[in-house]
Amino acid sequence: MPDANRPPDKISSATTESPRTRAMLIALALAFLVLFLILPVIAVFSEALRKGISVYFATFADADAQAAIRLTLLVAAIAVPLNMVFGIAAAWSIAKFEFRGKSLLITLIDLPFSISPVVSGLIYVLLFGAQGYFGPWLKAHGIEIIFALPGIVLATIFVTFPFVARELIPLMQEQGNSDEEAALTLGAGGLRVFFTITLPNVRWGLLYGVLLCNARAMGEFGAVAVVSGHIRGLTNTMPLYVEILYNEYNFVAAFAMASLLTLLAVITLAAKTLLEMRYGEALAHPPRL
Amino acid sequence: MRFKQTSVLPGFGLALGYTLLYLGIIVLLPLAALVAQASGLGLSGIGAVAAEPRVVAALRTSFGLAFAAALTDGLFGGLIAWVLARYRFPGRRFLDAIVDLPFALPTAVAGIALAALYGPNGWIGAILADFGIQVAFTPAGIFIALIFVALPFSVRTLQPLIAEIDQSVEEVSATLGAKRWQTIRRIIIPTLLPGVLIGFALAFARSVSEYGSVIFIAGNLPYVSEIAPVLIVIKLEEYDYPGATAIAVIMLGVAFCVLFAINLIQAWSRRRFGYA
Repeated sequence: MPDANRPPDKISSATTESPRTRAMLIALALAFLVLFLILPVIAVFSEALRKGISVYFATFADADAQAAIRLTLLVAAIAVPLNMVFGIAAAWSIAKFEFRGKSLLITLIDLPFSISPVVSGLIYVLLFGAQGYFGPWLKAHGIEIIFALPGIVLATIFVTFPFVARELIPLMQEQGNSDEEAALTLGAGGLRVFFTITLPNVRWGLLYGVLLCNARAMGEFGAVAVVSGHIRGLTNTMPLYVEILYNEYNFVAAFAMASLLTLLAVITLAAKTLLEMRYGEALAHPPRL
Repeated sequence: MRFKQTSVLPGFGLALGYTLLYLGIIVLLPLAALVAQASGLGLSGIGAVAAEPRVVAALRTSFGLAFAAALTDGLFGGLIAWVLARYRFPGRRFLDAIVDLPFALPTAVAGIALAALYGPNGWIGAILADFGIQVAFTPAGIFIALIFVALPFSVRTLQPLIAEIDQSVEEVSATLGAKRWQTIRRIIIPTLLPGVLIGFALAFARSVSEYGSVIFIAGNLPYVSEIAPVLIVIKLEEYDYPGATAIAVIMLGVAFCVLFAINLIQAWSRRRFGYA
């Protein structure tokens, strides 16, 4: 948001609130944010460090904990690039061309955001579960999807499906086609146009979308919980392992694991804010949720 | 009109083909499985599940508390959006960034953090316990968790709209003798009304579908603090696919109604105010 349009700080009280009202409203907003957003973050670290730093680090020496961290990284490493390639393909076709049914296509791409995480897991169970449509066939061929890695990856791809596409589509629409058309008339081939013109033009938007996609991919709980089966050391991602530790009353370990995910969230927010501040002009406007 | 307008840019077929294929495999095929399962049940089958007392109680808890949380977020989210968009004060940038925390923080982490804070021995829970108020393992706990997850929707919907208000309108109102609160009540609030409604609808939709942050603080007592998504998980664990599907279809139906309502509000707002 450009700060140049802001009114100067000294302004007659007829078009703004009195300093006292302002101070009160700021205090109220601050209190609400501290109570609901900042205290939980502090609580995570305080609970994780409750029994000292050595107990905190002992959590990560556990083989199951390391397996959970590895699985989370693996799932994100598969899901995020796939959704990135999809996002670029979808944005290229939607933003650079005019065709019928475009708005329906955009609605369909946004669909996963309006579906409950639990339902996102459920639909894959209905397809691939033991009593699902493909269940008997998969069992006969010895292929495991539900309660195994493929199911976790599929559910993660589903819940993070729109992130890159919905950042790139409006951004590419704003930028128009003239740069690419100029390059084509100068004799560049299609791939060269894409890699030397389009991709550099949208690189900050792409990074922004990938950042949010990754945060959600590593942190997804509901959809993954439904398809994972909670097999220790095998199908437990970090958020699922947090749940197991918590339900076993192993609070320090649960919060220690949670503190890693909190760190990821804080780094994501910081990077996102930095991108908005420095490259706000190279991101889609207005930024959408 | 032909399917596609002519363009000199290459790669349309490949890009659209890949988009449709990927969309089909990841989103449309699994949703078709849900639709197929639901049509196997029929309206009467879904109705029978929806009439189970435990399901009725869970749906009432989910929708009622989501409504209350979205209302609370609408109020405080509006206030936060106003403060962030209109006032300059130290730390504003930080607060602005913090608002997106519920998007970035994994829901399970939020869930155990809130459970720790509001539990009987937690920082806030202990204070409330002195007043005889129990939050953890009651519907009030669900309410708190939903306020947390849905807050950004209210703030981020209203903030750009507040920033875009043409302040000369407020100046005109003031020169015509309006008191500040009259300007707010008769100029600013009506202008923001579509945004308020859309923010509320988004917050409501998010709250209804939330699972991870709720289950730890709710206690999940049947008929008391059990939300609809928890019931879906329970039915799935019992391999009751039809039962899980029926609840899922009801929730999806509500989600689509909310989406449709948002589209109506946007269309109305474009006609009435020229923005959406």
